[in-house]
Amino acid sequence: MKVYIEQTGKNVSVKAPSVGALLKKLNINPVTVLVVKNGTLVTEDSKLSEKDKIKILSVVSGG
Amino acid sequence: MTCKKCKSEPVFTLISGEKFCKYCFSHYFEKKVRKTMRQYELIEKGDRIAVALSGGKDSSVLLSILAGIWKERKDFDLFAILVDEGIKGYRPLTQKFAQNLCKKLGVKLYIISFKKELGYTLDEMVKKLNKGPCTICGTFRRYLLNTEARKLKANKIAFGHNADDEAQSIVMNLFRSNNAAAARLGVINGIKRDARFIPRIKPLYYLLEKETTAYAYLNGLIGDFKECPYTSLAYRGQVRDMLNTFENNHPGTKAGILSAFIETLPILKEHYKKGKEIAFCSKCNEPTSGEECMACRLLDELKKK
Repeated sequence: MKVYIEQTGKNVSVKAPSVGALLKKLNINPVTVLVVKNGTLVTEDSKLSEKDKIKILSVVSGG
Repeated sequence: MTCKKCKSEPVFTLISGEKFCKYCFSHYFEKKVRKTMRQYELIEKGDRIAVALSGGKDSSVLLSILAGIWKERKDFDLFAILVDEGIKGYRPLTQKFAQNLCKKLGVKLYIISFKKELGYTLDEMVKKLNKGPCTICGTFRRYLLNTEARKLKANKIAFGHNADDEAQSIVMNLFRSNNAAAARLGVINGIKRDARFIPRIKPLYYLLEKETTAYAYLNGLIGDFKECPYTSLAYRGQVRDMLNTFENNHPGTKAGILSAFIETLPILKEHYKKGKEIAFCSKCNEPTSGEECMACRLLDELKKK
């Protein structure tokens, strides 16, 4: 599935069965992000499929 | 797993493991802010509250919630102050967002600029002074917010500081052995009261940054702009990353830091209250810890360049 990572501004293509597994695969601390699946905020146990469009939003602010 | 309250699709999981849908999460968030406000009596009848609005998510969330309470209670005044530091390519975007938000909420917005009040934009100051941009910006922002709020007869300034900000400050002060700075923290800033120094209140004190961001996202309070180009988090950034790692491995770490700190804070405040009286700058008469305040010292330096 296509994943946009806000913090790096990069798009990546990754396979993962759930949001939690996706963050683990990308080595992203879940405390620091929100995950949006097809335009909706989702929790870590949300299931993912190949067609999903994912945005990983950073929650840590500038200063 | 479904929403704890209404069994719809969840959008957020709390540290406790409880899940909430969009509506129930927003309700939980607002309830927690109101609880903090009640517990510390942050807003009292007749208060005139100035919200320090940057257009960023934290201050936008704060203003949105306070505006909701203001419309219900009507027994206090509410307005917002935005400091335009003069950061090319950044501030105009956040200012526009803040202006639109205030218009939508029916809150009066006052904008004060570095250029107009001090004679220089932050961009100009950064080129002239041999100091970090965040030090310069922080000094003048605090100075202008205090003087402007006082001019507008506010008796409290509300800041969007959240639990993450506070936990970082607590740990930073601990690592630097700076109890005097720690004593100034808390839901209501400061140690001693004086009419010239407007108390700062932090209604989002017990809300995590992740919760605040989720609320902002769910309620259309995140603008389409990047963070400040001067952002540098050398020391705070390291503490923030460390706390986030701990929070992930040991959920509740940040809440634990706040809880332990709040328990000892009255002792700290009492201890530092016994020290010297609040000093006032010999030049501008604003509160300071030394003979001359940092803002006046920086302005002197700027004039010499």
